[in-house]
Amino acid sequence: MKKFLILGAGTAGTMMANKLYNTLDVEEWEITIIDQYKTHYYQPGFLFIPFNIYTKKDVIKPKSNFFPSGVKVIYNAIDKIVGEENKVLLEGGRVLQYDYLIIATGTQTHPEETPGLKDKLWYKSIFDFYTIEGAVALQNYFKNFEGGKLVMCISEIPYKCPVAPIEFVCLAEAYFTKKGIRDKVDITYVTPMSGAFTKPVASKMLGDLLEEKNIHVVSDFYLERVDNDKKTIIAYDEREIDFDVLTIVPVNMGSEMIERSGMGDDLNFVPTDKQTLRSEKFENIFVLGDASNIPTSKAGSVAHFASEILMENVMSAIEGRPLLAKFDGHANCYIETGYGKGALIDFNYDTEPLPGTFPLPGIGPFGLLKNTKINHYGKIMFRWIYWHVLLKGKEMPIEAEMTMAGKKRV
Amino acid sequence: MVEKTIAGKSINVNEEGYLIDPSQWTKEIAIEMAKEEGLELSDKHFEILEYLREKTAAGEALSIRKVGKSGIADIKQLYQLFPGGPLKLSSKYAGISKPTSCV
Ligand SMILES: Cc1cc2nc3c(=O)[nH]c(=O)nc-3n(C[C@H](O)[C@H](O)[C@H](O)COP(=O)(O)OP(=O)(O)OC[C@H]3O[C@@H](n4cnc5c(N)ncnc54)[C@H](O)[C@@H]3O)c2cc1C
Repeated sequence: MKKFLILGAGTAGTMMANKLYNTLDVEEWEITIIDQYKTHYYQPGFLFIPFNIYTKKDVIKPKSNFFPSGVKVIYNAIDKIVGEENKVLLEGGRVLQYDYLIIATGTQTHPEETPGLKDKLWYKSIFDFYTIEGAVALQNYFKNFEGGKLVMCISEIPYKCPVAPIEFVCLAEAYFTKKGIRDKVDITYVTPMSGAFTKPVASKMLGDLLEEKNIHVVSDFYLERVDNDKKTIIAYDEREIDFDVLTIVPVNMGSEMIERSGMGDDLNFVPTDKQTLRSEKFENIFVLGDASNIPTSKAGSVAHFASEILMENVMSAIEGRPLLAKFDGHANCYIETGYGKGALIDFNYDTEPLPGTFPLPGIGPFGLLKNTKINHYGKIMFRWIYWHVLLKGKEMPIEAEMTMAGKKRV
Repeated sequence: MVEKTIAGKSINVNEEGYLIDPSQWTKEIAIEMAKEEGLELSDKHFEILEYLREKTAAGEALSIRKVGKSGIADIKQLYQLFPGGPLKLSSKYAGISKPTSCV
């Protein structure tokens, strides 16, 4: 039997396990997926937990619900890949051989990279909402919060789901308004980028939206450290911002397993061909999802679009044909903006998010770069689609490749 | 795109003043560009510029964090060398394109 290994059973790995099982000849191929944990988290749901919109129950399911029965599953931490010998070492000493390998170990948050972040205020007045623990701790904190300075700070780029911090401040604004204490809460959005978002048209739209909601934006702020006694964040250029409660996107890095394998860049992301999705180092290793260094958003929607291209290229590689399918970097993100509304952006490597309608030109129903009620339902529906369609690797009614139809150049 | 004469050489830059073609770069251009913005370039500055040009030519993506690990200067010193925006400014003076932080 030939061996296909998938490292990481999150969004990307689970999708690929299903796709490979449905496509490969199972008499010929043994497919194995490995993860250290048994619980699958719907990470986009973490955003809603601090505001009591979702509870922990809404975002967790056993990983085993999503694997086809013929796929071998190993729950064990991965030590490293030895690419020269087509071997993966697991913690505890087990060794697995492979013919083909997909790396899907995602990205994790590293608060310890920033001095003073994971210190005495951690989970007392400093929280992340990128982990279930952080989201739940913040939910409890907000229950008794009576007002003060709320600062949302992004530590480093890239980080997964680039719109999540914008959604967070919008939802916070709506939550405190509903609680009747909006006038007592000062909300500031702090980013190392030059505006609310990097790409110009979306940055302007989102920047205006934050201004309308009286959320201050501080840009070009590159976080150096946190002073726990003074309750301030300090940038490398010595600018300081005071906070009463700090919500943070800690430095995002790829798995330490990648570093141990000698396969990562300075943030442990795997150098990957942005079109074929093959590792730049080994011909029989492919990379899907947040683990790669391709220059597009680290998001579940991106992993979904990329998985279709990857499936084609994996088949080509196995059959000894050139890898012809090319990923265009397609990303499609719903942005919750509070009060039952949302915005939507759709873009790729070459085309920045533009206004228009989606997916049908002129009809929609979703409005691109517009703040509408229907976009909010898109986001809500996404959870159902995630559990029932996306993870199972089923077809979605949206093309992998981005289209200009329905978009307006500005 | 704008054509500009700088240090006696005619070059093409974009609206933000970044060189369109990195091969048009000379040390003199870097000195002039920085001077226009009130910055005097030292040998240390040039070490950074050379590092950026090398990495870019090798197709590597740049981040402040990465330059901070180059052994030439740490992040704090980078901010002192190029006040306001180390990577944006140093890229401009190095004649490479503006770093795109991808999201
Ligand atoms: C707050 C938040 C909001 C988000 N909102 C959205 C959204 O609205 N839309 C959207 O499209 N995306 C969103 N995302 C992003 C999305 O969740 C991720 O991009 C997606 O889950 C990436 O999938 P992945 O498979 O690459 O990584 P993951 O799903 O994170 O999976 C990686 C897996 O690898 C395993 N692993 C890692 N290292 C090892 C090891 N050494 N040994 C064994 N196992 C290992 C981990 O346990 C994990 O199960 C959001 C993320 C967050 C945090």
